[in-house]
Amino acid sequence: MTDLAATDPLPKPKRDIAPILLPIALALLMIPLIGSTSSWLTLTAASLAMGMMIFIMASGLTLVFGLMDVLNFGHGAFIAVGAYVATLVLAPFAASIQADSLWMNLAVLAPAALLSMAVSGALGLVVERVLILPVYGQHLKQILMTTGGLIVAEQTLYALWGPQIIPMPLPASLRGSFILGEVAIAKYRVLAMLIGLAIFIAIQLVLNRSKLGLLIRAGVENREMVEALGYRIRRLFLGVFMTGSALAGLGGVMWALYREQVHASMSDELTVLIFVVVIIGGLGSIGGCFIGAILVAMVANYGGFLVPKLALVSNILLMVAILMWRPRGLYAVTSR
Amino acid sequence: MMILSGDPPRSRVLTLVLVLIILALAATPFLFPGAKALNVAAKICVFAALVASYDLLLGYTGSVSFAHTMFYGIGSYAIAIALYGMGPNWAAVATGIVVGLPLAALLALAIGLFSLRVAAIFFAMITLAVASAFQVLASQLSWLTGGEDGRSFQLPELLRPGTVLISKNLFGFEINGRILTFYLVFAVSALMILALLRVVNSPFGRVLQAIRENRFRAEALGFRTVFHLTYANCLAALVAAGAGILNALWLRYAGPDTSLSFSIMLDILLMVVIGGMGTIYGAIIGASIFILAQNYLQSLMGVASQAASEAGLPLLPGLLHPDRWLLWLGLLFIASVYFFPTGVVGRLRNPAGDKSGGGSH
Repeated sequence: MTDLAATDPLPKPKRDIAPILLPIALALLMIPLIGSTSSWLTLTAASLAMGMMIFIMASGLTLVFGLMDVLNFGHGAFIAVGAYVATLVLAPFAASIQADSLWMNLAVLAPAALLSMAVSGALGLVVERVLILPVYGQHLKQILMTTGGLIVAEQTLYALWGPQIIPMPLPASLRGSFILGEVAIAKYRVLAMLIGLAIFIAIQLVLNRSKLGLLIRAGVENREMVEALGYRIRRLFLGVFMTGSALAGLGGVMWALYREQVHASMSDELTVLIFVVVIIGGLGSIGGCFIGAILVAMVANYGGFLVPKLALVSNILLMVAILMWRPRGLYAVTSR
Repeated sequence: MMILSGDPPRSRVLTLVLVLIILALAATPFLFPGAKALNVAAKICVFAALVASYDLLLGYTGSVSFAHTMFYGIGSYAIAIALYGMGPNWAAVATGIVVGLPLAALLALAIGLFSLRVAAIFFAMITLAVASAFQVLASQLSWLTGGEDGRSFQLPELLRPGTVLISKNLFGFEINGRILTFYLVFAVSALMILALLRVVNSPFGRVLQAIRENRFRAEALGFRTVFHLTYANCLAALVAAGAGILNALWLRYAGPDTSLSFSIMLDILLMVVIGGMGTIYGAIIGASIFILAQNYLQSLMGVASQAASEAGLPLLPGLLHPDRWLLWLGLLFIASVYFFPTGVVGRLRNPAGDKSGGGSH
């Protein structure tokens, strides 16, 4: 370590680009393995779209953990709630969903997504106050409480909507694919990619360019210090928790449209997926979460194409490989 | 006291309740005739052992594992596949045990070495991911496991219901192979619970508690915490696989719903928390309460739901529907984590509600 004079600028933090290169290298490596360029392009586009959706769902979880050391095992419930609430809007307006006009479709989809986000965000408020507030700082109880919350939420959804699978057809104008030469890319995947990218950029901008983001990042680094400076970190945290829940709700709507069906068990299935993503990314890191989501989606898509049987355990293998390389995930954020 | 490893229930009411439960279980074939009562009693025995082994992890080391049903399932499937493939003989039972138990222990060792080095939260997430992958694998490898249908099999001659050991006119009760199987389940479960009691009261068990209270300090005292935690994980997996073997023997079937599903994992969590974490005895109480409620409360809820829908109340029939009973147990679970972190056993041992009870952190 060299001494610094007071006037010297702070040394630039070292940029760690190895994790960013990882998905790119993986994608390039797959070109010869898959053989045809057009299927490679289709698969890559599919992975990016799926990765963006997973990122939207997982980002809240990782931020909440980074900021307040709270791991929400019930995060999947927000996803399912978001999807179910969207059906409230989409079912009565089925006619305008099936109309072949992009604007008419979006006029129904956008309010549905916004309502889902509002409801899951509000549910986040209740969950934080009722379930998590009493057990701050106690990991074991947090896991138990939020798991209990997940059970209750899932069962309530079953009680309200019934145990059957609800179909959720894609709007007419989002069906089909863009055909570029020999490459077919599903329209909905392009939309999912755009939304995911927009949300990633928005989160990065807020975190890195605003006072709010400064406080959040400082809170992740050292909670007590931010509190000592007089900021009400609990309120900040509540805001982050609600945002994370709302994003999970949005992710739920997008995932339900992607699968074209809604069921309460989707929360279990996706909980595992987003856990793998936040572990790979490093708990608390948004960038790591983004790369992790893309990696998980790539392994699922390429793996499903090359060795379908392997796809069942591909997530676990990926997680083991990453943790062998970096035991704390791609980007280890905190000293915890 | 030797048999309880010097760790008695330490409460008069608790002792009474435990003695009553054990006597009732032991006398079920004679006191409560009918297949349902015997099924419930056998399930309580199996789950008491399974939950006790989970208590070794959750209550004594403070690590939350979501992979416990995986080990339970390994035991179930090992015996089922062996008996299915080799026919109903004792060699197949032995093969199932010899393959199933070491497999469970090895997998526990791998998971433990891989994930117990880091924080408890990592362990919880990784076990969840591994368990869900295993569940998918078991349902996809249908040539081996029978897929979603599972594997039904026949038991060796001695354990079949048709085998009459002591005919009815001797004591007024017929002792057949089914009842022998029940006592096998009862005895092995009791042995496993006593063995766990021995483990937690050994010096090794004390180290586990030290790790639970403060891992850093335990490490500073010179204990290799990863070794201890992994060892505990393997022991718990062994007992869980043992419980799985018993379950499969009793049901003469192993399938994803009875041995692997995530809802069994939630059931185990509920039982251990309701009974009392870090007590072992809590497992017996928790399993008894939960399984009795599961089998008898559900029909009560059905009646209530009927009444509510006849009275024309909105929403209530759906909420009281027998299939929604997990909703109420989930609420009970949250309330008990919040208000009674020490569970029934903790309450009975310490009626004043002192917060110093074991296993709450």
